[in-house]
Amino acid sequence: MDLQFQFESIAGFWQMAGHGPYVWACYGLTFTCLGLLFLAPLRRRRALFEQLRRQQRIAEYEQPSKPQSAA
Amino acid sequence: MNWQWFHRLGSPRWFYEKTNAWVPWLAVISISLLVVGAAWGLGFAPADFKQGNSYRIIYIHVPASFLALAGYYVMAISGAVGLIWKMKLADMVMKSAAPIGATLTFLALITGAVWGKPTWGTWWVWDARITSMLVLLFLYLGVMALQSAYQHQDTANKASAILSLVGMVNIPIIYKSVDWWFTLHQPATLKLTSESTIHASMLYPLLLMIVAFYMFFALLLLMRTRTEILEREKKTKWVNALVQADNR
Repeated sequence: MDLQFQFESIAGFWQMAGHGPYVWACYGLTFTCLGLLFLAPLRRRRALFEQLRRQQRIAEYEQPSKPQSAA
Repeated sequence: MNWQWFHRLGSPRWFYEKTNAWVPWLAVISISLLVVGAAWGLGFAPADFKQGNSYRIIYIHVPASFLALAGYYVMAISGAVGLIWKMKLADMVMKSAAPIGATLTFLALITGAVWGKPTWGTWWVWDARITSMLVLLFLYLGVMALQSAYQHQDTANKASAILSLVGMVNIPIIYKSVDWWFTLHQPATLKLTSESTIHASMLYPLLLMIVAFYMFFALLLLMRTRTEILEREKKTKWVNALVQADNR
């Protein structure tokens, strides 16, 4: 199969004989949504790690006095 | 028969450690396939003789619709597994699948509407296929709502598993809608049993995009489930050790 670029210019590629806005809107929206889905778990993971790190620091800070205060 | 793997699957920690190496591979392969497939569909596949260039939306509309349905299977089946065998991991997969499936259903509906405008001359029609896909979106949203509606995670899981199982009746309706009520949506282009009604130069990029979407879906599901595992096990030693090792 020989692959050939179907458009004569970049402007033609952009306009797609009048269908450009529809096609590009679909692709733009789809890749934006997929990108957001990809970032969401990474962000959640980072937030969780920061929260746990903070707790660990607090625990380390309180550790020396813990035996007495626990009683 | 050796059922050890099944019991191991019940351990979120085992699953998390087992899948560590999969994430980067899946990410690289699926994202490159998406980029290649999109470029092929947008620039290199020939224009349709009847629909012109608007048909290029097929390369995201069809894969998104496939995964909207596949995501529902994943959600309902893992919901059933969680319900029957009380497997924590299955519940997490069900919870993770819902927002991904909802987004893909939303994309299938939107890209279909945008395609409909230049092709059929209308954004929206209460056609059987489109309506049953809208019901699918509401089922996903229902599961997501149930997940956050209960204080107890177990109750939330039970409720969302039951909803997703009941919602399974919608799946055959979606498949058959284009044959039962032939209104506006065109019948399936890809068929397993007979020759597809699409030329190879248009078919190959479509198949590539379908594979890419499947792999990207697997990646998203894996990432979400792994984050869910960390969140639910955040009080355990192994997660805290992981945080310490990650110190940047």
